[in-house]
Amino acid sequence: MTPAIKIDQVHKHFGTLHALKGIDLTIEQGEFFALLGPNGAGKSTLINLLAGLLRPSSGKLSVMGFDVVQQYRQARHALGVVPQELVFDPFFNVREMLRFQAGYFGLGTENDPWIDEVIEALGLTDKATTNMRRLSGGMKRRALIAQALAHKPPVLVLDEPTAGVDVELRQILWEFIKRLNREGHTIILTTHYLEEAETLCSRVAMMKQGEIVALDSTANLLNHFPGKNLRLKLGSALPQSLSAMLRNEEDGEYMLALSEVTQVEYVLAELRSANVVVEDMQLIEADLEDVFVELVGRK
Amino acid sequence: MNLISSSTRGPWTLFKKELLRFWRVSFQTVAAPVMTALLYLLVFSHVLESRVQVHGVNYTSFLIPGLIMMSVLQNAFANSSSSLIQSKVMGNIIFVLLTPISYLEFFLAFLASSIVRGLVVGLGIYLVAIIFIDLPMVHPWLILAFAVLGSALLGAFGIIAGIWADKFDQMAAFQNFIIMPLSFLSGVFYSIHSLPPFWQAVSQLNPFFYMIDGFRYGFLGVGDISPAISLSVVGASFFGLSLITLRMLKTGYKLRG
Repeated sequence: MTPAIKIDQVHKHFGTLHALKGIDLTIEQGEFFALLGPNGAGKSTLINLLAGLLRPSSGKLSVMGFDVVQQYRQARHALGVVPQELVFDPFFNVREMLRFQAGYFGLGTENDPWIDEVIEALGLTDKATTNMRRLSGGMKRRALIAQALAHKPPVLVLDEPTAGVDVELRQILWEFIKRLNREGHTIILTTHYLEEAETLCSRVAMMKQGEIVALDSTANLLNHFPGKNLRLKLGSALPQSLSAMLRNEEDGEYMLALSEVTQVEYVLAELRSANVVVEDMQLIEADLEDVFVELVGRK
Repeated sequence: MNLISSSTRGPWTLFKKELLRFWRVSFQTVAAPVMTALLYLLVFSHVLESRVQVHGVNYTSFLIPGLIMMSVLQNAFANSSSSLIQSKVMGNIIFVLLTPISYLEFFLAFLASSIVRGLVVGLGIYLVAIIFIDLPMVHPWLILAFAVLGSALLGAFGIIAGIWADKFDQMAAFQNFIIMPLSFLSGVFYSIHSLPPFWQAVSQLNPFFYMIDGFRYGFLGVGDISPAISLSVVGASFFGLSLITLRMLKTGYKLRG
């Protein structure tokens, strides 16, 4: 089967900045894929290259088998992109914008039932005739997703879709995106909420400074990093001897990173010898965030 | 027969969207320039009507075609340039850039909407003016040719300005330091034959002069220069600017990195 996305040795330079350093990536049809990385890792650059908003310095990218440069019309037909910024056209209402967006892709009134379906699924029915300017931030975000779907693309890219979105709306959005994925759409997601990627995505690529530093199924990535976290609430400050293991400190609670469970004994021994009282303690499984910190934080 | 197929619907939709964009604010984009032109007409014709004749016609009849064409040109420029700079600053230009619309289709859609805006404003001024003044129309096809070609030329120039400018003040500089001086010094309010030889020669370097003079020739049957020369200069200028615009769009200058 033709991959949904194929990226071969893609480099991107902005002047002297080497933003992407030979990216290779294949995403199969029907996948729910996460692209993770800190700010400046190159995630948005990669998405913009796929969308044709940027041009690669070298290498090839294709969407559903269509080269994004040579066969840009077919490639763009196959791709819907939800941008990170809340951009909108202040002259039109939601339904008009969706009709225009579908029209740009050559679709006329025959596409109206799909637009109605998207409007309803995203809870925009009451706002369909409201000017984009008058929508709240959350509603604008829904309208952006609807716009990306207006031409019914098989591949949907969401660049930080839940940034600044409240919990309730996040749930609505994810239910809808999961439904699209079940119906066969390939979903590619960038997010800072790693628990979202862990819950939703079957495969993850982690990027750092223009390179992919990890690419595997979510389960495999978690298995490869069997470490655990030890959360401690102490009667006094953490002894200096344990500071190397400290991941973070918040409200008097310390989170220590353990490479294996047996280190618990060492931690307790150090606390005893420093006469520090343990008020509470919890052993927590590593999650995608730990993997992320481990890989992306590695010098 | 349905003229809009799925392959032409993309640029057609963009054209339609651009028309609706200016029509939604027609008080600002149509009524205001019509009002401004009529104020010019009121003031200048009141002061000069009884004292000045140009090419053997009274001053008001001489002035109206120039005012109409000046407004056509300024509004055609404003249409494409303001739409692009707004879309770029607000970020919604990506809704078009993400689509399969080619650079040529993009150009044609913006150009066509600029022409329509120019013609709508020009027609508005004409319709109001003829209520008060009996204006001849000697060569209607020349009028239409100069109006369409002139607004196309300024529409293309507006696309260049809209792509080049990153901020509203850069666009204002374009408007105030290029478009306004060229249109005011083009013979809208006077015949260039009334100028000293040096300034006559300078005026002939201004493409706005040919558009205004050719358009006026269509109404009055007289002008400063042959309409064939004017049409050639305007056509060549449009061709040259279109090539530059298409080159900018094809390379993605300031639109696709």
